[in-house]
Amino acid sequence: MGKKLLLDQGSGGLASHRLVADVFVRHLGNPILARMDDAALIRPKGPLAVSTDSFTVDPIFFPGGDIGSLAVHGTVNDVAMLGARPLYLTCGFILEEGFELDDLDRIVASMGQAARKAKVKVIAGDTKVVPRGAADKIFINTTGIGEIVVSPAPSGHRARPGDVVIVSGSLGDHGLTVLSHRQGLSFEAPVQSDCASLNHLTLKLVKGLPVVHVLRDPTRGGLATTINEIAQQSNVGVVLEEQAIPVKPVVASGCEILGLDPLYLANEGKIICVLPEKHAAKAISIMRRDPLGRDARVIGRIVSDNPGKVVLRTGLGGHRLLGMLEGEQLPRIC
Amino acid sequence: MSSFDSLRDPDKCKAVLKLIEEAMQGQTLRFMEVCGTHTVALFRSGVHSLLPKSVVHLTGPGCPVCVTHDSEVAAYLELAKRDDVIIATFGDLMRVPGPGGGSLKKAQAEGARIEVVYSPFDALAVAKNNPGDKIVFLGIGFETTAPTVAATVRLAKEQGLSNFFVMPFHKLVPPALDALLSDPAMAIEGFMLPGHVSAIIGLEPYRPLAEKYGIPAVVAGFEPLDLLQAILLMAEMKRQGKPRVINNYKRVVADEGNPKARAILYEVYKPGDALWRGIGTIPGSGLVMSDAYKPFDAFDALGVELKECKPLPGCRCGEVLKGIMPPNQCPLFAKACTPATPIGPCMVSTEGSCAAYHKYQLDLSPGK
Repeated sequence: MGKKLLLDQGSGGLASHRLVADVFVRHLGNPILARMDDAALIRPKGPLAVSTDSFTVDPIFFPGGDIGSLAVHGTVNDVAMLGARPLYLTCGFILEEGFELDDLDRIVASMGQAARKAKVKVIAGDTKVVPRGAADKIFINTTGIGEIVVSPAPSGHRARPGDVVIVSGSLGDHGLTVLSHRQGLSFEAPVQSDCASLNHLTLKLVKGLPVVHVLRDPTRGGLATTINEIAQQSNVGVVLEEQAIPVKPVVASGCEILGLDPLYLANEGKIICVLPEKHAAKAISIMRRDPLGRDARVIGRIVSDNPGKVVLRTGLGGHRLLGMLEGEQLPRIC
Repeated sequence: MSSFDSLRDPDKCKAVLKLIEEAMQGQTLRFMEVCGTHTVALFRSGVHSLLPKSVVHLTGPGCPVCVTHDSEVAAYLELAKRDDVIIATFGDLMRVPGPGGGSLKKAQAEGARIEVVYSPFDALAVAKNNPGDKIVFLGIGFETTAPTVAATVRLAKEQGLSNFFVMPFHKLVPPALDALLSDPAMAIEGFMLPGHVSAIIGLEPYRPLAEKYGIPAVVAGFEPLDLLQAILLMAEMKRQGKPRVINNYKRVVADEGNPKARAILYEVYKPGDALWRGIGTIPGSGLVMSDAYKPFDAFDALGVELKECKPLPGCRCGEVLKGIMPPNQCPLFAKACTPATPIGPCMVSTEGSCAAYHKYQLDLSPGK
């Protein structure tokens, strides 16, 4: 059995210093972090985009990623959705006494790899170790800082009738992966999280098309919840075409078995982009040139009818409301 | 084209819709979809928005959570308070409000030990891992789920487990349909029969009802073409005046049902009276533990009793479940009663008719 984390390693004393040097600095180190002052000195050009998020996912390792890479991707993506270039991350760890040190090492290494790929630097951090039972293995908080590169920045308030809604790829992959692994379920075909940093793709998009009105990553609550938020923020109606919404067959059938709706499942590597219809073809072509946007397509449009609501046109030509999720999705009885 | 794609094919669906319109000439058809999954499928697929106005659909008592009586909810919420009890349940019941406003979700926040399971067999694993505690599985569901619960109880007996119990709240569909049809206030002219339940019981139990009340009935699947074909068959039988029971879901449902599942079911359980929300006691519409399995009955073993509960004030779930009132005509609908603040279980269950109307219906105003 590997070594386990001790309360001493969060005490601030020598044990803590050794943990920081052996794990965190080794995997996340850079000249700013290496100065080890109380705060990091940075000189970004304003205006800035700032976002913070806490990650408590269970299981902490899943096909396609882990809590560490997720903590980088999630915050990088939130910053990127303002059309910003993410530059820096801070991270806070709450660790449970007894947590396997090998697992911690694997998670921090994965964070380092994700940060290098996204070209962001981890410039400050904090570690607390809490008594066994006071936390579930590992919680990570990350804060991201990025420079705004277009003005006005994309925002959920800027959707207008006449815009189209584009999605960068298939939906529900991450949510079904995590849910099925939490329950120990497996499907005939493997499902894998889409966990990825989207900042390089969003930069290409906003630089190539400064007319992007909205960029959002449909994480918790999925496409349905995110698109409802946009409809409400912008006070517009949205009509989505069910047949155009990409869902992988394995995700669709997994959801069918569990009584879940893929449109409400979390995604960690997808973009919703809203922009005037005349720019749709160029946006799709930019997205499709990037591996993360290969399956980009138009899934609907912004309208003036039914402001604040999302209507789904079904494959049969019928329609129904696509509302926000109430609480969490739970498996059904039959 | 896969068989699923074929059942969702817009052209085929449009062709059946046209046939429905032709078959409906001069008649109105008030059909009831018995099963909550059918209600959701009608809305989710958009079929509901495409049907001619002469097809009036009534939602029935086919959501297992919705028909769970207040007294039953109160009983398991009481049990959840015990320190030595772990409640194991399907997720659907977590947010169902009890008579005092409590729910399993709230009980969990207050410290009750509750495990959401995907199968009753998972509850058995909980029992094995917690030998010092009493694990009570909430046996909600119709003929579809009851055989699996029965198999779990049988396994618990074989393995000599003495800390696993079931609250048998199971309900049987045919006696409930009989009770609905015998009510003079009802004006049902066709039944879309539940696919999953029928896979277990087959067609036989429905035939006496079709004959006694002269009502067309079609066992239906859950894809758009399944739903539309069932409506077409009901309309044609009605027009021809030749009501009978048709199995239009042969890819899943055998006419004779599943005798193996029924054998397990009736080894562990025997028919008994059951309380239905909004309807009351229906004789022979429930399942009670047979004598050989009494030690696994939470009522007996843990001394639980069903106590009389006053219906929730203003809640019209009963009329909704009987198809007398469409969900959106309930005075509480989308006002006091929403998915965030459900007054009755029909608004909170994923298969509840009120929840389906609220979730999928674009216009929430009464009568729409």
